[in-house]
Amino acid sequence: MDILSNLLLGFQTAGSFLSLGYCLIGVFLGTLIGVLPGLGPVATIAMLLPATFGLPPVSALIMLSGIYYGAQYGGSTTAILINLPGESSSVITALDGYAMARNGRAGVALATAAIGSFFAGTVSTLLLALAAPPLAQVALKFGPPEYFSLMVLGLSASVVLAHGSLLRAFGMIVFGLLLGVVGTDPNSAVQRFTFGIPELADGIGFVTVAMGMFGVGEIIRNLENESDRAVFVSKVTNLMPTREDWRRIVGPILRGTILGSALGILPGGGAMLSSFAAYSVEKKISRRPSEFGKGAIEGVAAPESANNAGAQTSFIPMLTLGIPSNPVMALMIGALIIHGIQPGPAVMSQQPALFWGIIASMWIGNFFLILLNLPLVGMWAKMLTIPYHILFPGIMVFCAIGVFSLNNTSFDVYLMAVFGLLGYVFAKLKCEPAPMLLGFILGPMMEENLRRSLTLSRGDPLVFVKSPISLTMLIIALLALLMVLLPSFRKTREDAFVEED
Amino acid sequence: MRLSIRNPADFWSGLLFLAVASVFLWIARNYDFGTPLRMGPSFFPVVLSVVLAGIGLTTLLRSFAVDDARLDGFALKGLALVTLGSILFGVLIERAGIIIAVSAITLVSAYASVKFAWKQGLIMAALLSAFCALVFVYGLGVPMPILGSWFTD
Repeated sequence: MDILSNLLLGFQTAGSFLSLGYCLIGVFLGTLIGVLPGLGPVATIAMLLPATFGLPPVSALIMLSGIYYGAQYGGSTTAILINLPGESSSVITALDGYAMARNGRAGVALATAAIGSFFAGTVSTLLLALAAPPLAQVALKFGPPEYFSLMVLGLSASVVLAHGSLLRAFGMIVFGLLLGVVGTDPNSAVQRFTFGIPELADGIGFVTVAMGMFGVGEIIRNLENESDRAVFVSKVTNLMPTREDWRRIVGPILRGTILGSALGILPGGGAMLSSFAAYSVEKKISRRPSEFGKGAIEGVAAPESANNAGAQTSFIPMLTLGIPSNPVMALMIGALIIHGIQPGPAVMSQQPALFWGIIASMWIGNFFLILLNLPLVGMWAKMLTIPYHILFPGIMVFCAIGVFSLNNTSFDVYLMAVFGLLGYVFAKLKCEPAPMLLGFILGPMMEENLRRSLTLSRGDPLVFVKSPISLTMLIIALLALLMVLLPSFRKTREDAFVEED
Repeated sequence: MRLSIRNPADFWSGLLFLAVASVFLWIARNYDFGTPLRMGPSFFPVVLSVVLAGIGLTTLLRSFAVDDARLDGFALKGLALVTLGSILFGVLIERAGIIIAVSAITLVSAYASVKFAWKQGLIMAALLSAFCALVFVYGLGVPMPILGSWFTD
């Protein structure tokens, strides 16, 4: 079978001693940073990205995927132990996970999260391996109009899935697209919006923006009401779920995995949506819905499985189409480009070892996660007792050095400061930074594909509706946007986000 | 009827979007617009700026119509010190070297915390700068001087 030989190639690549080592280091570092309060996966990956620059592409990507899983698991750990989710997708875990911890079952909650994640990771990695090749085949037929419409679809989905005001989310996307245009115009070589600053000729660095908005901006936010944050770190004692627990988590893990895998493919924030959807499904079908929010183990198992499955399957559009479905994937694309690989359908045929190596390393990463975290859980819990006022100056130092080392220029550090400020202001104004980041990374690609489409069609804008694939995607995008305007859907969406807060 | 801002988040983000759109439009007037068939460098940004201006204007208008909660206070001290710390790091890293730059960003940003204590801050600065010098300069070979151009010339 084809898929078997491909997976074998992947495991050969990722299973080499060196790759295993990088994967392990990645998982370890990712968890280490991710467990620090207030640092989500985006900031963690942005911070650790420079550490992978010196590695060969395969090792770098393997290490980065390791960092991603580690960071995500780290976020769940903080959610469970101190009720401080590092990112939106573990907000749901905090509801019942923290309640379990208060009931003295922190260890079981952490183990459940790890087991659920591992199972979901295994299933969705297989799914990824099965779905990617046919999708890449389809993607090879994509021309510029199809790509353009696909990006329109991705961006409209991210509006639908963003928190709060739709209009502001839409504004953030356009703002991001505009920022993406800064730099040298590839067609005319004109330097656009650079203010004559040579460092801007290559455009604004993606890592700089991510680090500023998600790292520095978050620190300023955390300084807001420092004093009234009581840190109660639960003692982690017994890890092993009881027989009764096992019986209760099997169903939620299975359902969470299926839901998460399906929703993760959607562009624009799969992991968050999956964990929320999985939680509400469990709450609906449970015979004990009143236990939810008070430490129901199902409320940890389902969202954690869903969120990990979603995280995994969100690699599908990234690897096959070169389109990021969330900020983390955008960072991954940034990393690929830095290593000289243009993500897209061609990667699979031109660099099969890299492609299948990444897929195999996902499973290995999940395996290490469970291997590393269950024994080390005591250490992670210790890290949580470090007070924030000691922690954040260190985070600032690492962000600054990380950004500086991207191009060895102070300019990037100043830019990070500006985006930190912007990130904070946007957070205050309840404008989501994630759609902006998505727009930022898609901006140049959209412009390029729009240009090419119109050149091919001799300036006829109807080219986007003449291709059936492109037309379908535009219609779906339109429907998604219209749906949000429907009063009934609007209400569900608002309820969804309210429950989470 | 008196107009009053009923939704400050909308009001300020609307203004912000309008401001950004105007800056981009203003700068883009220097670049060639082109035609849809042969788009110039300003085509895409101008179209986007017009869309952003429209969104900004709508948001601004909506802020007078739809109620929303007031914004809570800005963490001005944190905002100022964290930004200042990063800028100091950028200024100092090549001129004064990593030891002084790391100490500066550590102390300045740590000062933003209500729990700041000088003794603790100084210890933190010393430990962090030693750690960074060892790991980043000697270990990973990031080209940052231990002592910068101020001391070596």
